[in-house]
This record gives sequence, C-alpha cells and structure tokens, in this order.
Amino acid sequence: MSTKLDVYRFDPETDQDPSRKQYEVDLPEYGTVLEGLLEVRDAQDGTLSMRCSCRSAICGSCSMKINGQSRLACKTLISQIEHEGETITVDPMGNMPVIKDLVVDMDSFWDKMKTVGPYLKPEGPEPERENLVSNDSMMRLAVAMNCIMCGACVSDCTVLEVDKSFLGPAALAKAFRFAADPRDGHTEERLKSYVEPSGIWDCTRCNMCVQACPKDVEPMERIMDMRVMAIESGLTDSRGARHVEGFSNSVKHSGLLDEFALARKTFGFPKWGFELAPFGIRRLLRRRLPPIIHKGISTAKRVTRIFERLGV
Amino acid sequence: MRYAFWPGCVSRGGTPELYPAVTAVAAKVGMELVELDQANCTGAGVLGERNDELVDTLNARNFAIAEQQGLDTLLTICSTCQGVMSSVNYKLRERPEYLAKINENLRAEGLEYKGTVRVTHMMWAIVEEMGLDELKTMVVNPLHGIKVAPFYGCYVLRPRYVLGFDEHPDRGQYLEKIVETLGAEPIDYEGKWRCCGFPIMTINESNGLRMVANHTQAAKDKGAHIMVTPCPLCHISLDEFQPKASNAAGRPINMPVLHLPQMIGSALGFNVKEMGLKRHIISTEPFIQMSGVSRG
Ligand code: FES
Repeated sequence: MSTKLDVYRFDPETDQDPSRKQYEVDLPEYGTVLEGLLEVRDAQDGTLSMRCSCRSAICGSCSMKINGQSRLACKTLISQIEHEGETITVDPMGNMPVIKDLVVDMDSFWDKMKTVGPYLKPEGPEPERENLVSNDSMMRLAVAMNCIMCGACVSDCTVLEVDKSFLGPAALAKAFRFAADPRDGHTEERLKSYVEPSGIWDCTRCNMCVQACPKDVEPMERIMDMRVMAIESGLTDSRGARHVEGFSNSVKHSGLLDEFALARKTFGFPKWGFELAPFGIRRLLRRRLPPIIHKGISTAKRVTRIFERLGV
Repeated sequence: MRYAFWPGCVSRGGTPELYPAVTAVAAKVGMELVELDQANCTGAGVLGERNDELVDTLNARNFAIAEQQGLDTLLTICSTCQGVMSSVNYKLRERPEYLAKINENLRAEGLEYKGTVRVTHMMWAIVEEMGLDELKTMVVNPLHGIKVAPFYGCYVLRPRYVLGFDEHPDRGQYLEKIVETLGAEPIDYEGKWRCCGFPIMTINESNGLRMVANHTQAAKDKGAHIMVTPCPLCHISLDEFQPKASNAAGRPINMPVLHLPQMIGSALGFNVKEMGLKRHIISTEPFIQMSGVSRG
C-alpha cells in the first residue's frame, strides 16, 4: 500500500528554520507509521532523525505527533488513521524543544518526574517479610503503573502550552502511583506538595492526555483521584478545593448550581466583590445577569438524601 | 423527533441568551424538547473531584427520570453536561454490577435506571438525526461571506471512546459542516480542538486567560469574522473573559463569539432579539451587519 508522509524537518546545525519534506513509501497492509519512517530513513533519506527501539509499544521512545495528535509511531497502524486524510503528517512532540527532526529534548519531562519523588518511601522499621497489599488497592495503582514514560500526554497538554511550570500529566500520574500506594508512608506530605501552585489544581480537565496516552493511564483521571484524596485528607484551603466544596453544597441543597454562591465561596470574602464587579457591570449593561435569587428543583430534598447516603 | 431535554445551569444562568435561542431553533426545525424539570446538575466534572459514585448516582437519577417519561434520548446543549452524562452512561452500561450498585442508591427515591438512555448533544442531533440536507432547506438567510472559526470544546471531542466516535468518526467536523450548510465559510486554525480555559478560570486565571487570548487571536489571524461554539462554558471563557485576556496579552482582539444555536437561528430567519445577539460582552455587530439578520 502506497503511503504519503509529510514530515517535519529541522537540523539546528544547518537550518535557519524548520521545513517539511514529503515522502512516499510502500508498506504492507498492517504497516505502522514507524515502519514508514524507518523505510524513509533506510532507503530515501538517511539524515532523518527519530527515536525508536522496541517497535512494540513497550519502550516509549517513538512518541510523536501524527496527524496533529501525539501517539506512538510503532503502535499507529496506517490503516487505522487512513480516514484522517490522504497524507499523514508527522511532527515532533509538543511542549518540549526540538533537538533535530522528530527528536525532542525531554529534560523537563524527567526533571518534573523527579520532583514528585517517584519511588516508595516507607515509614517505620523494615518489614520482616514481603508487604501484603489488597488486590483492590493494587488494581487502583495498576492503571498508573502502565505508564511507559513516552511523553505523549505532556506533548498534548493544553496547560503546558501556556505555563511551563505546570508539573504536567505524566509527573502527576506518577505522583498518584506513589501517593495512593498503601506501602508508602508519606502520602500526606506528598499531597501537601501536590496542592501547591503548578500541581493538581492547575489541570484544566481537557482530556487531551486521556486521549493521547497509549497505555490507558488516563493521567487526568489520576489527577482527579488526587483532588479527591487531597480534599478527603483535609487539604481544603485552596481555590480549587473551595470551588469543589461550594459547587457540591449548591447542588446538594437545591439540585442545581448556584453560580453566585459558588463565586462567593471560591474567591472568599471580600475578594469576590472586587473580582466580580467588572464582570457584573458589563453584564448589567447587556441585561445579562444570571438570576440573583437561586431557584432549585422542587424535589431537591431527594438530591440531598443521595448526598447524605454517600456521606458527602 | 422527541427528546428528553436537559438545558444545564449555564444556558439559563451564565449565558441566559442561550436558552431562548435553543428553544426557538428547536421548535423551528421540528425537535420536540421535553424538559426534565426535576433533573439535577450533572456535576460538570467538578463533583467528580469529590466523589465519583455521587456523580454516577446523580446522573443515573436523571436517566431514570427520562426513562420514566418514556424518552430514550437525552439531549443537552452544554458540552460539559454532555461529557459527564456520556461518560457516566458508558460506565453504567458497560458494567451491570456497578449499575446495580448505583440503583441501590436510587431505590429510596423510587427510581431505577434500566440502562436504555442514549445521550446526545444538539449539534450531533442536528447532523445525525435531522440531517444537513434538511437543515439546508430551512435556510432563508444564508450567511454568505462570513468566515467562521469553529471552537468545539473538550467534552464533545474527548475521550473519544465514551463519546461514540467509533460509530460517528467525523464528529470532530460537524461544526464545519453546519457552518457550510448555513452558507458561511469555516476556517481552520490552531486551537479549534483545544481547551477554552474555563475550568481553571477561578483557580489559575492567568493560564485560562492565555488560552482565551491564544485561540481568539489565532482565529483572528486566520481571518475569522466570528467564532462559534456548541458549549456555553467555552462561550463564557471566549466572550466574557476576552476583554481581560486581551488586556493581559496587551493587544486588542475583539472576536465575536456565537453560540451554535444563535448562528443557526440567524440563518433560519430569527431576528437579533430572538437570538439574543446583543447580550454578549464582545459586540456581535460585525456579524449582524454582514449576515443581514433582521434587527426585529
Ligand atoms: S519503539 Fe518502543 S514504544 Fe515505539
């Protein structure tokens, strides 16, 4: 099957600016994007640089943007993405500087990984025999343990696009993997550091990382798990946590969201007045104020009972 | 077609111009919307940061109410509500033992979710159930010459496995298709599938504002006259926060942002007032003039 590839090229030693080159390769029906690129390098243009090793979606080296989305080149079948267009575009990962062609500098990825303490920190005397851990708690961790550190989630993260200091989906999913491990003795301390700026509350819940991850780690969901853990362990003094609490209270008592009450709760007194005044004035001019008296549903009591039943 | 209708909080609160625009357009195109007046908030992704089982139970409650009324398709106009409902529904329908557990939570309310509800967004229903050919026949004021930058919002795009992309792989192109059907010209730009920044606007405003500035500027750079979105939360971000985003970025942007139903209604002959076009923060006057939509 003949396949057209449109590939990002940049060599800092010889090029002023990046350029694109088009190649055509002949691949078997079950061919992958990586096989296409290797065919280019072997037979057409030996200067094309990329990372790859296992060719089996295990080592995590071959992550790149394929048709604009971060994926493993070795796991992406040509037949699987045929419907996306005639020519396949291939670009280096995003949110990391390009070294050459499809190879990016992953230093920031590894540095952030290190800051979350990606190893078990047990407390107390060393156990005499192996730790016995419940199946359920290991199942919970297993999802996060599937990470192969390919960087696809970081590459597509929409927060990192506007703020390089964000810890990002990969490091935070790793943070969850240890914070939620029953053998770890520093969960609270860990959570305390993750609720700091650039941590769990800075995720914008865009699902980009969930979509990009080739191993179903669903990093965003792991960040949400840690938000739950943080609130449960009493780390409620942040805008994020107050927002959740305000939201929850409003729905609990009326069945619906009271936007005014939520803003008051999230910003705290008296700051909400200053924060919201300019918005209020503009809205007033457009006859666009939301209802000032919040009206819930008439069966709100039933919703309250559901909250109570679940201890929220 | 008849739908159980969940308008969400924002279409009546934060963006009050949306609700009347939706009901007017729906009536015109023959969608019968049966509003679920006892349905509760879906949790909007926020309640999931507190307790997943709670979110699943609250959404199952809404599904059960729809079932009780004999309605099998639940239609919403909020991408965020749709996202939460679709992922909860996926979970409940995939895992019968879990559904049974959730139904335990509902039993005291005399409700049971049988798992028969299908969730859809008005944008999807227009393309898939009504059809663009049908829509085209209703256009009386084609939006010729208007360049439109589509902005989808995260929860109608991701994660694909809960959103029915296997069955409808081109759901990420519907806005463009609708724009073309109405006679306008869709433009492609960096950002149409990205995040509007709304979920972090109260937590890390500067990051949210950067997202708003990037997307509205990117649309402008590609020559868009307006942006259009099927999500009211994206609308708040891109429209209401645009002046602040534009200040923070240090450049004027002034990109009008329309709700999808407002754009459709403008082509179907509704007037400025009926579509609430004067109620936005960023003036939609350029659109009003170019489209020739009646001032009413
Ligand atoms: S080459 Fe190892 S993951 Fe692709």
